[in-house]
Amino acid sequence: MAIRRKLIAGMTGLLGFMLSGLVQAASELNMRPGVTETSIEVYELHMMVVWVMVAISVVVFGAMFYSFIFHRKSKHPTPATFSHSTKMEIVWTAIPVLILIYLTVPAVKLLIKMEDASNSDMSVQVTGSQWKWHYKYLENDIIEQEISFYSNLSTPREQYENYETSGAAENVNYLLEVDNHLVLPVDTKVRFLVTAEDVIHSWWVPELAVKKDAIPGFINETWTKVPTPGIYRGQCTELCGVNHGFMPVVVEVLSKPDFAKWLSGKAEEKRIADKTAAAAASQNWDMDKLMVLGKTVYDAKCAACHQVNGAGLPPVFPALKGSAIATTGPVEGHIDIVVNGKQGTAMAAYGAQLTDAEMAAVITYERNAWGNDTGDKVQPADIQAFKAGN
Amino acid sequence: MSDHHPTGITRWFYTTNHKDIGTMYLWFSFIMFLIGGAMAMIIRAELYQPGLQFVEPAFFNQMTTMHGLIMVFGAVMPSMVGLANWLIPMQIGAPDMALPRMNNWSFWILPFAFTLLLSSLFMEGGGPNFGWTFYAPLSTTYAPPSTDFFILGVHMMGISSIMGAINVIVTVFNMRAPGMTLMKMPLFVWTWLITAFLLIMVMPVLAGLVTMMLTDRHFGTAFFDAAGGGDPVMFQHIFWFFGHPEVYIMVLPAFGVVSEIIPAFSRKKLFGYSSMVYATASIALLSFIVWAHHMFAVGMPVAGELFFMIATMLIAVPTGVKVFNWVATMWQGSLTFETPMLFSIAFVILFTIGGFSGVMLAMAPVDFQYHDTYFVVAHFHYVLFPGAIFGTTAAVYYWFPKWTGKMYNEAVGKTHFWLSMIFVNLTFFPMHFSGLAGMPRRIPDYNMMFADFNMWASIGAFGLGFTQLFFFVTIIMAIRGGKKAEEKQWDGATGLEWDAMTTPAPYHSFSTPPKVD
Repeated sequence: MAIRRKLIAGMTGLLGFMLSGLVQAASELNMRPGVTETSIEVYELHMMVVWVMVAISVVVFGAMFYSFIFHRKSKHPTPATFSHSTKMEIVWTAIPVLILIYLTVPAVKLLIKMEDASNSDMSVQVTGSQWKWHYKYLENDIIEQEISFYSNLSTPREQYENYETSGAAENVNYLLEVDNHLVLPVDTKVRFLVTAEDVIHSWWVPELAVKKDAIPGFINETWTKVPTPGIYRGQCTELCGVNHGFMPVVVEVLSKPDFAKWLSGKAEEKRIADKTAAAAASQNWDMDKLMVLGKTVYDAKCAACHQVNGAGLPPVFPALKGSAIATTGPVEGHIDIVVNGKQGTAMAAYGAQLTDAEMAAVITYERNAWGNDTGDKVQPADIQAFKAGN
Repeated sequence: MSDHHPTGITRWFYTTNHKDIGTMYLWFSFIMFLIGGAMAMIIRAELYQPGLQFVEPAFFNQMTTMHGLIMVFGAVMPSMVGLANWLIPMQIGAPDMALPRMNNWSFWILPFAFTLLLSSLFMEGGGPNFGWTFYAPLSTTYAPPSTDFFILGVHMMGISSIMGAINVIVTVFNMRAPGMTLMKMPLFVWTWLITAFLLIMVMPVLAGLVTMMLTDRHFGTAFFDAAGGGDPVMFQHIFWFFGHPEVYIMVLPAFGVVSEIIPAFSRKKLFGYSSMVYATASIALLSFIVWAHHMFAVGMPVAGELFFMIATMLIAVPTGVKVFNWVATMWQGSLTFETPMLFSIAFVILFTIGGFSGVMLAMAPVDFQYHDTYFVVAHFHYVLFPGAIFGTTAAVYYWFPKWTGKMYNEAVGKTHFWLSMIFVNLTFFPMHFSGLAGMPRRIPDYNMMFADFNMWASIGAFGLGFTQLFFFVTIIMAIRGGKKAEEKQWDGATGLEWDAMTTPAPYHSFSTPPKVD
C-alpha cells in the first residue's frame, strides 16, 4: 500500500513537474502578457491575430495538402482545364478584407489608448547615451525635489568575457541587471520623456509593453501605469554601437509608502554624497589613492570604448596609451575633454556624471597607467578650478 | 546562321550576350551568397550559447551589417537580374536584351562595388558596423572611416541596378515578338517589368540618401544631425521609402518564377493570369505608401501610425490573391513533385508564413512588442530565404535543362531540397520564439532564457549553410557529367523558350521572331 501510495505520489509529482515544465516552456514560446492593463490588452490582441493566422493557414495549407494527396498525377492523371473564376476571385478578395477589418478595429482602439500620455501623475525623462540610461524625475506633487541618476549594466565584465568559468550561468539576471533601478510607484500614471544624447537608442520593457526610440534632438512621449510592485527587465532595442547588447533597462515598482521612503532615502543619499564629495574635493590626494579610485572609475566608465588596456578601438575610439592628450598634452586639455566631452565624436561629457574626485582620479590614472608614466597628479581642486574658470 | 560562340577569358569580359551575362550574374550572386552565408555562420557561432566566445562585439556588428548588405545587394538582387537576363529574351521571343553593351557594364560594375565594400573589413576601424539599415547618426558622426567605401560601393551597385532595370523595361517594351501582347507575356516577365519600375523609382532615393551621409560626414552639412538643425528620423523616412519597395524588388521576380513552375508541374494553366498581373501591380503601388511601418517606435503622430498600419495591412489582400491563385492552379491538376516544384511549393507555404508574421508586425499596437526583436528577424528571413532564395533555386533547377541541355541528378536535387527545407525552418522558426520572449536583434550576447532557441537556430544555420554547398555540387556534377536533357524536359512546361527553341538554348536567341499564338 505504502509503496503504491508513494508511487502515485511520485507519479503525480513527476506529472506536476512535467506540466510545470510545459507551462514554463509555453511561457518562453510566447509573448509574456506583462503586468499593465495595456500590456495585457496587447497580449490579447497578439493572441487574437495568432489564432486568426492559424485558422487561415489551416484552410490554405489544408487545400494545398489535399491537392498534393488527391490531385497527384498517379491519382488524378487528367488535369482539369479551368483557369479562372471571377466568382472565386471576388470571394477570396472580399474575405481577407473582412478579416483585416476584424483585426483593425481593436488595433486602432488600442493604439489610440497607448499613445495617450495625457493626465499623467508624474514624469521621468529617460535619456539614452552610449551605453547607459539616465533617469531624471521631474519635480511635481509627488517628486518634491528633482532626482537624477545614471543606470549602468552591473553584470561584471568578467562574466561575459569568461562566461563558462566565471559562474555567469548561475546569474539569472545576466546582462539584465543595472546598478541603479528606475524606481516607480505603483498605480501611478508615469509619463516618460524619451531622448538621447548621441545615437538612437530604444527603451523597452516587455512586461509594460512600452517601447520608444530615444532620438538625439527629439523628445518622445510614452507612459505606463503599473498595478503590481515588482522588478521588470528589458533592453535597448535599437543598434547603438559596440555595446548595444549591454545596456539593459530595469524598472522597479514599489508600493506608494515604499516609494515615498525611497524618495526620501534618495534625497538623504544625495545630501551625504554632496558632503562626501565636497570633503573629498577639499583633500589633497596621494598618488596611490588616486590610482586606485582612478582604475575603478576607468574600468566602469571608460573601458567600454578605450578598453581596459588603454589601446582603444581606433580610429573611432582612440587609444589613450601613449596618446598626446594623456601624456605630453597639457593637463587642462585632458580635464577639458573629460568634463565637456568632444563634439562630433563618441566622447561624452562626464562633468555631470562623475564627482570632482572621481574625475581627478581617472585623469591621474590615464596619465600614469599603461606606461604613460607622466607622474602628473590631478587633484579634485584642479577640476574645481577648471570648472570655475569655464 | 551558325551559332557563333566566342571562347576564352575575353568571352566573359567583352560579352554582350544576354546568356553569358546572365550566367555571370548568377555565379556572382552565388559567390556573394556563400560569403554572406559565411558571415551568418560567424554570427550564429557567437550566438550558439550565452557569453562572448568567438568574436568581439565590434566585429559582431560588422558581421551583422555586412551579412545584410551582401545578401540583399550582392546575392538576392543580382540573382534576380541573372534570371532576367537569361529568361526575358527567351520568353518574349527577342534576339537579346535591348541594350547589350550597357548590360555588360551593369554586370562588370558589381565585382568592383563589392570588392570596395568587402575591403572595408580590413581597414583601420573595421568595416561598416551600423546594421544594413545604417541609421544616422550611428552611420555618420559615429561611424568608422571605411563608411566612405560603403557609400561608394552602394552608389556603384545602385548604378548597376538602375541600368539593369532600364534594360529590362526597354527590352520588354520594344523587343517582343509579333503577337506577344503585354497580356500574353509570361508572369516572370510581368513581375520583372514591375520590379524594374520599382528599381528606377527607389534606387535614386538610396543614392540621394548615401550622398547626404557623405556630405554630413565630410562637408559640414547637418541633414541628420539634430545639433545642426537636422533630423535623424528623416534618415529613416528616406531609407524606408527606398527600403520597403526594395523588399518587393527582391521577391516579385520570385513570384514570377513560381507562377511559371507551379502550372508546369500541375499540368494546368495558371489560375487567374490577369488577376496575378493586377495583384503584382497593386503590391508594387502599395509598397510606396507603407514605408513608415518600419518606424512605429520613432514617435510618429497617431494619425500617421494609423495610416501606415492600415495601408500595410491592405497589402495582405493582393498577396492573398496570389497565394489563392497558386493553390487554385494546383487544385485538380495532375501534380508531380520534381525538385523545382518542391522548391516552389515550399516557397508558397513558407512565404505565406512570413506573410502571416507580416500582418502581425503591421499592427502598430502589437508591433511595439515585436519591433527590433528576433521576431522581425524571423519574419524577414521567412520571406527572403524561402522566398527570394528558394525562388531563384527553383528557377535554376527548372530552366537548367533548357539552358545547358544537361539534366541534373533528380535524387541529389531532392536531397538538396529536403535538407534546405528542414534546416531553413530549424534556423528561422525558433527566432519567432526568442523574439517573443524578448530578445532584441543585433546583440552579440544574451540572457540564459534565450539560450535554447538560439542553440536550435545555430544548429539549423550550420546545416543550412552546409546544404548550399550541396547545390554547388549538384550544378557542377550536372554541367560536367549530367545526362542529356530531353528536348522538352518538363511535359507541362509552356512558353516560347520551351516550344519555339531547341535544347540546349542556342547561344543567340531568336534571330528571326518566333510565331506567337
